[in-house]
Amino acid sequence: MKVGVLLKQVPASDTIIKINPDKTGIVTAGIKWETNPYDELALEAALQLKDAGKATGVVVLTVGAADADARVRDALSRGATEAIRVDEASVVGSDSLGTARALAAAAKAAGVELILAGKQAIDTDSAAVPAMVAELLGWPQVSVVTGLTVDEGKITAERNAGGGFIEVVSTSVPAVITCDKGLNTPRFANMKGIMAAKKIPIEVKSAADLGLSAGQVGAAGALVEESGLELPPPRPSSKIIQGATPEAKVKELVRLLRDEAKVI
Amino acid sequence: MSSGILVFCETDGGKLKKTALELLSKAATLGGEVSAVVIGGSVDAAEAGRHGASTVYTVNGDAFGAYSTDAWVKALAAVIEKASPAVVLGGASPIGKDLFPRLGARLGVGSVTEVTELANVGGQVVARRPVYAGKAIATVKVKSSVALFTVRPNSFAVNPTGGGAASVVAVDAGVSASDLKTQVIEVRKSAQATVDLTEADRIVSGGRSLKSAEGYDSVIRPLAAALRATPGASRAAVDAGYAPHSHQVGQTGKVVNPTLYIAVGISGAIQHLAGMRTSKVIVSINKDPEAPIFQHSSYGIVDDLFTICPALQKEFEAVIG
Repeated sequence: MKVGVLLKQVPASDTIIKINPDKTGIVTAGIKWETNPYDELALEAALQLKDAGKATGVVVLTVGAADADARVRDALSRGATEAIRVDEASVVGSDSLGTARALAAAAKAAGVELILAGKQAIDTDSAAVPAMVAELLGWPQVSVVTGLTVDEGKITAERNAGGGFIEVVSTSVPAVITCDKGLNTPRFANMKGIMAAKKIPIEVKSAADLGLSAGQVGAAGALVEESGLELPPPRPSSKIIQGATPEAKVKELVRLLRDEAKVI
Repeated sequence: MSSGILVFCETDGGKLKKTALELLSKAATLGGEVSAVVIGGSVDAAEAGRHGASTVYTVNGDAFGAYSTDAWVKALAAVIEKASPAVVLGGASPIGKDLFPRLGARLGVGSVTEVTELANVGGQVVARRPVYAGKAIATVKVKSSVALFTVRPNSFAVNPTGGGAASVVAVDAGVSASDLKTQVIEVRKSAQATVDLTEADRIVSGGRSLKSAEGYDSVIRPLAAALRATPGASRAAVDAGYAPHSHQVGQTGKVVNPTLYIAVGISGAIQHLAGMRTSKVIVSINKDPEAPIFQHSSYGIVDDLFTICPALQKEFEAVIG
């Protein structure tokens, strides 16, 4: 069984975000890029299946421009065996569903039977693409998984169901699983992996190569449109509470919370 | 012609969850008829009506014992077909976030995740949502005839409209056990059963400065209890073993949206802010006047948390009781 990993290049989590002048996106100059941390969990889970002999290959599936190849190369260096990059230019302006169509088509082309993905990308925070990929492929999904075993096609996944409940869910391949923190600790690439990865080509495909039509991807196909991007309103300067004693400061804080902020 | 707002309501022990009431209250302000849908739970039609719903659609049966993507997607799709709303709202809970994107793909309509604002602009519902871990806010519009939105808990106030009981309409979604491709084989309560942080209205969070698990337990927990708040923690405190991962607030922990957030001994790293910056009122207690958190707080006390917190706890106990 080949396992697919959905991978995305995102700005590093400590990036200071600046909005571009026409408010359509962020300023990308000078940004340090990284692999979406949740996707690293998915990659690690796939590599562990490969190490255990349960996966014959690990295919990186990504949508991006050529600069995203560095992230794909890093995933190959960690042990992934194939990679397909859907060229960003052929799907530019896609909403989550358009992106999902591109990735589902790439997954079909790669012949994977299990798809692992991070629960969300830390730039859009939409947590939508993997579920949409699952729907497009007609596969079951299990989301926000913190424990995963795969045995002879049977999947057992542990997840946070909310409200303090942990669920154990059973399903079978083919399926889409999204990964949450706690699932594993991603490995780093080693020198041997880096050298081996140099021989693996990154297949670049356009939407047309994958049989997708103009109305299915890109701005033309997008049903969700971002019409403006702005910084959050700054908080008015915080009031540092003065007082002669800790007790005096505390009394003043509680008074403000009650009478000014009206939150208690 | 689709019109009106359908609110997907989660229930807990037969009662509508607070997030459902928040969404019904907001829907009532957006114009158009409001209806509710409850899947696999019992319905409090009076409570739904009191918060603005004229109809509650219900879907029940053997396939709805526990949440499953397959049963819920099919059921909600059937109700949408019957109710023909222009907008569908749901909480951005683990269920909402698992269900809505898939539903959007099934119906071929636009789905937007975890919005914090909704407004009627010229007859169209427009949303705003945090992106880049809350470092920016995006305005989002949906072009399809039906728009799906999940909403961050605590984004809207609960505001009963005082309407009479909603009428109940049972819908047969044609869901059978063979539709289910996943099974829940076990459910257990995690060790620390408290109010879900993501839905908490008040949070007291502790950072590395608590110095130990005993420090965290003896300072943060009683302070939270006195405020009737849920305890949280920074990543540094969790990594150091002072609090369990379930308490972690931040980019790789939980995103919270309380009315009141008290940060104790937390410096305010970008990744922590990502988890709590939409809190309505933020109070910070830190010995370091240069701590970045003070730039993002409503009120701050620069002092030793081990002196301030016990005094603050006493004051909350006196004032709140």
